[in-house]
Amino acid sequence: MIDRIKKLYTDNKTIFLIAGLAAMIALPFLIVKGSVMSIIVKILFYVILASSLNIINGYSGQFNIGHAGFVLIGAYTLAILANFGWPIWVLYIVAGIVTAIIGFLVALPTLRLRGIYLALVTLGFSEIMRLVALNWTALTGGPMGIKGIPSPWFFGLRSTAPHNYYYIVLFFVVICLFTSYRVINSKVGRAWMSIREDDHAAMSLGVDIRKYKSINFMFGAFWAGVGGALMAPFYKFIDSSMFTLDEGFNILSMVIIGGQGTLVGPVVGSVVVNLTTEIFRFADEARLLVYAVLIISMMWLRPQGLAGTSKSVIANRSIRKSKQVLLSKLSGKKEVK
Amino acid sequence: MGVLLESKNISKYYGGIKAVQNVDMTVGEGEIFGIIGPNGAGKTSFFNVCTGNLQPNGGEIWFDGQKITGLQPAQIARRGIARTFQNIQLFNFMTVLENVKIGFHIHEKTNIFDALIHTKRYREDERMTQERGLKLLENLGLSENADTLAGNLAYGMQRRVEIARALALEPKILLLDEPAAGMNPIETRNLSDFIKTLRDKGHTIIVIEHDMKFVMNLCDRIMVLNFGRKICEGVPEVIKSDKEVNEAYFGKSTTF
Repeated sequence: MIDRIKKLYTDNKTIFLIAGLAAMIALPFLIVKGSVMSIIVKILFYVILASSLNIINGYSGQFNIGHAGFVLIGAYTLAILANFGWPIWVLYIVAGIVTAIIGFLVALPTLRLRGIYLALVTLGFSEIMRLVALNWTALTGGPMGIKGIPSPWFFGLRSTAPHNYYYIVLFFVVICLFTSYRVINSKVGRAWMSIREDDHAAMSLGVDIRKYKSINFMFGAFWAGVGGALMAPFYKFIDSSMFTLDEGFNILSMVIIGGQGTLVGPVVGSVVVNLTTEIFRFADEARLLVYAVLIISMMWLRPQGLAGTSKSVIANRSIRKSKQVLLSKLSGKKEVK
Repeated sequence: MGVLLESKNISKYYGGIKAVQNVDMTVGEGEIFGIIGPNGAGKTSFFNVCTGNLQPNGGEIWFDGQKITGLQPAQIARRGIARTFQNIQLFNFMTVLENVKIGFHIHEKTNIFDALIHTKRYREDERMTQERGLKLLENLGLSENADTLAGNLAYGMQRRVEIARALALEPKILLLDEPAAGMNPIETRNLSDFIKTLRDKGHTIIVIEHDMKFVMNLCDRIMVLNFGRKICEGVPEVIKSDKEVNEAYFGKSTTF
């Protein structure tokens, strides 16, 4: 069934995208309750975070499980600099850039590592970042966190309400998916995927693995930073307990459930996981059981994820289209001759 | 005819096992050079030293007048040495065309910012890889499989995809590690013809192969390795009549 839905989607992609975007823009007018709206905003946060992790784990096949560390850096960068009076809109991007730089620094010593070793390093990194945030009281407020993070101005209004802030997040979600789409369908994206598939073969074709792995880490970290920075003004308060390892695993599970190595995967994953969390909120801690069952059954029934087809879907589609164009051109030329 | 690839006194040890010992080799431009030898003779190890996948314990590799020992595989590839692998290493979950497109990697100038805003450079690169990729697939008779997943192809076809991918680099020299393995006789003959047309187009080719008929018909010169040592080198006729080579392959002849 999922495959059929996907086919329907690929056949009418433009219509679906426009309709989807229109629906997303109309959404706040349909939903009155602020609490529901803030769940939707939260889903959008995780779309960015899961997409950025998917860039690293899904496309270049690295295994980063400490994504929360990058989110933390983004959030704290914004929160700290906002207290110095920097404009929030600029800070979203600054936070992204700072996180990308940190991402590069993390990538440098880990370029030779893969699989479980890289996972351990990123796990350690994430935990170190949390501990720094917890203990560097002068800068981060320590256990008290940072309070009163201002929201950006949006059409002359302070966009504190979820109904307004939603649009800011939506804007960044669209840009995040759009940039990811473009990068993946280019030399850079192909190089990432070649590293994921077979790094020895990639090397023998002249792909500079270190360079493309670090670009990959930076790109993923950038969007994790922007995602973190978006969260801070919405919750108006951040502290280190928001960025634990559990948070990293949470993002990872969205990528896995949604489908690694596809663009829609993390979106689907974010919706499914967040809705499950909200629906089973009454069950309190027991909802983690639902969660576990979900992951195990995914592994069992659909290891490629809900949206995954165990192949680079995006690339596949674009090839088919451009091949048709080119073949028609070629056959046209032959006729002329 | 200038010397293109030269190995000087190359040795490669795995612990106490001497996989390659003091092998000298010169391959001239426009030549089809064969490397043969029994299993475990060190052919692939020698290959991997040439392409930088392994670092030699001794000796030097010179390519096109420059020393390339110690360089990374990617750097060597960029200088113009392309290779295929003994146990096919395709990007299985990518389509055939995509595999070939990655072969064009070193000829593309796009960076991440070009990709983001679709500059002229990006568009030219995409058109170039697309057109030349399809043309290359056509040359190798793979057009129909352009958007099949590489991992789903038959073995013989996967070999061809790997050659196509290596050719996308536009290498000065092409190293084929057992290209005819797993092919049927017709496919083997086609491959042999294809390699000859490559030579006629100016490529230099080194082939490792087990199929004697294939090698003898195809190669201009052949080097024979046994237990890591070069035991013979020359034109196919010389190899055929060489006593040591026959011993290596068929065992010592005894007189009763």
